[in-house]
Amino acid sequence: MLEVLDVSGLATLQDSGRRGWQSYGVPVSGPMDWFAHRAANSLLNNSPDAVVIEIGLGEITLRATRNTVLAVTGAGFEVANYIWTFPLWTSFYVRAGWRVHVKKISRGNWAYLAIAGGFETQSILGSKSTYLRGGLGSALRAGDVLNAGKPAIELSKLAARDFPVEKYMSYSQSPVIQVIAGPQQDRFTENGIQTFYGSEYTLSKSFDRMGYRLEGIPISHAGNADLISEGMTMGSIQVPASGQPIVMMADAPTTGGYLKIANVIRASLPLLAQCEAGNSKIRFKKISVEDAQEKLRRLWSRAACCPKFPSAS
Amino acid sequence: MLKPLGDSALLIELGNEINPALNQRIHALNALLQNPILGILETVPAYSTLLIHYDPLILTFDQAAHWVRDKMTQLDDSFHRTPRRLEVPVRYGGASGPDLEAVAVSKGISPADVIRIHSEREYTVYMMGFTPGFPYLGTLDERLIMPRMETPRTLVKAGIVAIAGSQTGIYPLDSPGGWHLIGWTPLKLFDPASETPFLFSPGDVVTFLPLESNSLLFGKLDDHA
Repeated sequence: MLEVLDVSGLATLQDSGRRGWQSYGVPVSGPMDWFAHRAANSLLNNSPDAVVIEIGLGEITLRATRNTVLAVTGAGFEVANYIWTFPLWTSFYVRAGWRVHVKKISRGNWAYLAIAGGFETQSILGSKSTYLRGGLGSALRAGDVLNAGKPAIELSKLAARDFPVEKYMSYSQSPVIQVIAGPQQDRFTENGIQTFYGSEYTLSKSFDRMGYRLEGIPISHAGNADLISEGMTMGSIQVPASGQPIVMMADAPTTGGYLKIANVIRASLPLLAQCEAGNSKIRFKKISVEDAQEKLRRLWSRAACCPKFPSAS
Repeated sequence: MLKPLGDSALLIELGNEINPALNQRIHALNALLQNPILGILETVPAYSTLLIHYDPLILTFDQAAHWVRDKMTQLDDSFHRTPRRLEVPVRYGGASGPDLEAVAVSKGISPADVIRIHSEREYTVYMMGFTPGFPYLGTLDERLIMPRMETPRTLVKAGIVAIAGSQTGIYPLDSPGGWHLIGWTPLKLFDPASETPFLFSPGDVVTFLPLESNSLLFGKLDDHA
């Protein structure tokens, strides 16, 4: 269905994640930006768990071997289809033989390319998400041929749709990231807590699908920074002895041994995921568990909503 | 004792130390929490904590906590969990256990002592992590306690048995590693294609069985290590 002609950066296949194996040390994986992943699938009436290509920090060129419909979402990328350029958060028809090129052009890190029917790939431990460090799946390479499942409805009805992203998610390089206080908050000094909530952080160059290392004013611990290892989640903010926070991301280890000052809420994770190294100005704000869950419920149903504005193009 | 970890997980703390009895309680509680209610996704036992991942689209924190508290009332001294026991054959030293000599020298004992001390006691899989299938086994005899290496190796082969601090472990995949490498097992710790992809589970009891390097078991596998 789609042949990979060229790829730079990191392109992997991701469904909504691998659940049930964390007690054996297997991370959840899945998308860095769940909202964009979910919206890409919903533009094509795919199941929310359908497999999508995640393109990180680079570009990919593909050629269709059959007629199909694609949708691309994310932040900071542009899509070229045959002779046209498309904005993100739309779906478009692709004829057999046409080339599709997804390329990073502005602020953001990750794009999601979904195909009508979803990509088909081998399931490992109940999921089709790629986890490179664990050898589960592999990064896409030139020459790979990707097959798709059966579209939910006829292709012509899936093409030329828009997703009104700006209504629901304000991607920005200076976001306010909402967090829930961490279980070891009392092991930081009052000053350290004030630093965390009162100052600005940027993403360092050292970041990947496993974690985002931030840079800013160091956060002071009340005692030592070590913890007897315990479970953690995507969004957990660990603060090692250096005082520079590390936010655990999609391929986060299942357990960690540094103190956690806070946890990014699920509704804010897409914003953080799309913050760039060096350019971003990230602030943290506390929110209650109840409010965070209410926000997630609202956002979740929005990202699943069939797009209401089929465009005339 | 029950704390939120973000909007999708709940942390149960039963203590704050590495202690076999405490860890036994964690695994006992974990056993009680299997076959959960809808919305509980998975549990991650560690040394003295248990993390419950739940789906906030289905359960609130209070609902998840209520379920956990209810189960915790069943965790009394009469609750017994019979752990699974596994025996792991190990070829100590040689190319696949390059740090055996150095550990012996550093501890002022012979390599044979290291092998004897390492293989004469039972270990519990306190928790799993690092890479898929890596068991953190404890507690190591005090006579073998070494700090982690200052510079981790960039490649440790799958099946290598190693020690660090008060723990011992086995590398399931080729990966970087900062522990001291003392032996190698031909057992496969992780096989994604298998119906039981992981050799170990948290809470298992493990013993090491030293084998001679000319053992038939290793005959065909020499190339691997």
